[in-house]
Amino acid sequence: MEPPPHPSPVDSNVVDTQAVDTKAETKRPPAPWRRPLWIAVGVALGLAVLSMVSRDGGGIDLLNALVRFANFVVIPGISYGCQLGLGALGVTLIYAVMRFSDFAHADTMAFGAMGVILATRVLQGMGISAGPLPTALLALPFGILGAVTLALVFDRAVYRFYRRQRAAPVTFVIASIGAMFVTNGLVRLIIGPGDQRFADGDRFIIRVQTFKEMTGLSEGLALRTTHVITLVVAVMVVLGLFVFLNRTPLGKAMRAYADNEDLALLSGINPERVALWTWIIAATLATIAGTLYGLDKSFKPFTYFQLLLPIFASAIVGGIGKPLGAIAGGFVVAFSEIAFTYPYRKILGYLGFETDSLVQLLSTDYKFAVCFIILVVVLIWRPRGIFQGRVI
Amino acid sequence: MRMDTDTGMGRPFWLALAMAMALVAVGVLQSWNVAMAILNLQLISALMALGVNIQWGYGGLFNFGIMGFTALGGLAAVLVAMPPVAEAWAVGGRGMATAAVTMAGTAAAIWALHRLIKVKALRGPAMALVFVVGLALTRSFYSPSVAAIEAVDPSVTGFLGGLGLPIMVSWLAGGALAAAVAWVIGRITLGLQSDYLAIATLGISAALVAVLRNEDWLARGVKNVTTLPRPVPYEQDLQGQDWFVDLSVRVGMDPSLLSGIAVKALYALLFGSVLLVLFWLSHRALHSPWGRMMRAIRDNRDAAEAMGKDVTRRHLQVFVLGSAVVGIAGAMLVTLNGQFTPASYAPFRYTFLIWVMVIVGGSGNNGGAILGGFLIWFLWVQAEVGGPWLMTLLTSGLQEDAPLRQHLLNVAPHMRQLVMGCILLVVLRLSPRGLLPEPRGRHGLAQQRNGTEHS
Repeated sequence: MEPPPHPSPVDSNVVDTQAVDTKAETKRPPAPWRRPLWIAVGVALGLAVLSMVSRDGGGIDLLNALVRFANFVVIPGISYGCQLGLGALGVTLIYAVMRFSDFAHADTMAFGAMGVILATRVLQGMGISAGPLPTALLALPFGILGAVTLALVFDRAVYRFYRRQRAAPVTFVIASIGAMFVTNGLVRLIIGPGDQRFADGDRFIIRVQTFKEMTGLSEGLALRTTHVITLVVAVMVVLGLFVFLNRTPLGKAMRAYADNEDLALLSGINPERVALWTWIIAATLATIAGTLYGLDKSFKPFTYFQLLLPIFASAIVGGIGKPLGAIAGGFVVAFSEIAFTYPYRKILGYLGFETDSLVQLLSTDYKFAVCFIILVVVLIWRPRGIFQGRVI
Repeated sequence: MRMDTDTGMGRPFWLALAMAMALVAVGVLQSWNVAMAILNLQLISALMALGVNIQWGYGGLFNFGIMGFTALGGLAAVLVAMPPVAEAWAVGGRGMATAAVTMAGTAAAIWALHRLIKVKALRGPAMALVFVVGLALTRSFYSPSVAAIEAVDPSVTGFLGGLGLPIMVSWLAGGALAAAVAWVIGRITLGLQSDYLAIATLGISAALVAVLRNEDWLARGVKNVTTLPRPVPYEQDLQGQDWFVDLSVRVGMDPSLLSGIAVKALYALLFGSVLLVLFWLSHRALHSPWGRMMRAIRDNRDAAEAMGKDVTRRHLQVFVLGSAVVGIAGAMLVTLNGQFTPASYAPFRYTFLIWVMVIVGGSGNNGGAILGGFLIWFLWVQAEVGGPWLMTLLTSGLQEDAPLRQHLLNVAPHMRQLVMGCILLVVLRLSPRGLLPEPRGRHGLAQQRNGTEHS
């Protein structure tokens, strides 16, 4: 190939000004943030109008409606969104680096959570507890260790072979289905297919009754320990991950490898090291997500397998390969699932619209249908997701 | 890879023979009833695997929605074979028809608005308005009718019933229903690339099954339809016949045992003939110019497109055909079970297991897919039996009531997931193109047709 002609100084000058221009353009706040802002403003205005038109005692009723909405939609939505987001983060990282959708991820979550449960049982047996917090938080490292080991075994035994062959992504997907079967079988073999509850410590930070007494409202707001823990842990993990990806040499290497494999290889990045750390991080995230989900609801292998779809939906909605997108996608999916299947009768009653119907947009059983509808809408209108991820 | 290019006739023959021997061994060692039950489900699984192979092996389409099409076939069996519930039609038929008309009207109006309004700013709000009004109108007819229908003798019917036709008709209807739905789904999703298509179809199939579970007026939802008619005589009727009792005496077998085997054999005959016909058809299709075109599209989409092949249309075609085959298998499965239980449709069993069959058997090779269906179903069933047996053996050193032993024995049937995963991974590693790989290279299909031409 002929070397490109050397640009004259004048040319380079022109190029530079253009570069500055495009930089200035990209500095504008990204579009995806603005729309939610406007929606929030619109909702707030609507509520204000509603409170004015609603009948006697409008202010109190509006508060009641808001509290009920927060109790049944916002708080569960935030914690479910965090759990989905952490799961989707793992999927999106694996996709960014290995370039395949890991169908075994939901089962890795189950495997990690299983490790946490077993360690919790041992710790409880030894009489160790974390006081008001669930013992599972102490057991987390053991679960992470188990999940990471499993992920690395799969990488060495299965994926590395195909990576070296530079096999088609489809082969990886099929191999991940094999891994899914194996992991699922292992979880069922070790802990059984039944329901496990392992949350201990204080269940509530604010009880419904206490809240009612405190505020004098007729609606109560329950703040469960698991909700707060989910939010705090998720924020910590996500911040840690972003610092890792943006500041450390290894994180930068991973991003470079994800952006352009050949270029990264040329600059001396060791692909095996990148793969190793991707699996370690993905398995850690999966364990944390699985444990938080299990603490919040309960642990059952089949339920975890069913999380696969919402997790993929979150990753795709956010833009696959984009870590920030995975979190945003998790919240979008979680809030839509809850908002579409929540019966609004009482809330509307507070606002002055008495109805006999439940005002439930969809029956609760259509949860999965909701995330599928979001998926299709996003794929048709914005195939690269909110954050302009990759097109598979 | 050298050995893969030269399979000839030997390998399929020996593998099929080994499969038959294994079935005979089950018959001798366990019981012939078990062997026949396995055979029936093997035939249905093989048909499903054939359907997946048409999509994946011929067309390279990553369809993870097999479960949905299987369930649609099952729905067709209910809608065709159950007798109509006249009372339900009387109370809710008109309302449901009106709801269907308003829904279609809304869809048509939205489509028309999409076409007619050229101003972009107006189009969205107008469409949304029509959608909301149409939805409210549809629901105002739909909800009372559903309530009325489901109130009709809810413990027995509570649904609209079917057409009351022979259940064999439903096999064709199942194929047709699955094909129709596949056409719609394909129009939406086939623009997507591999992984997206897999996830989207996985989601659609979950949504489809959710609909079947919840819409009680359609097929009783989770209350199940358990009284489906049979295409073959009942065991009790056979045992009442003089000639059958005579036969059982002559064979030297208990009449109840023999009647079970005879009924299952009749099923196997029916399923086997459907499988043979569809195998022959897909074999002819694969070896026709159409099949060569499909493989060309699969192997190099861009080149095929440059040669003027309409890739999107061909993908849609192969998606519809494969789904129809799966739908037929779904209707046959419900026929065999004699009941339609929407809650039993799980992606593990009806999507991923079928995929394991195709990958292990050999994608792109119809015989391979069928062999995979037979083999994997056999192992799936036998692992459930073999797991506890192995666990008993492994834990025989432990005390009878040791908690570990009890736990291991309890969970042993779940070993089959593990076994399936290992088989898939091992085959994918050692023989990536399956046990019966698609013929390629010197002995490949194209070369056979074109003589000794070198490319």
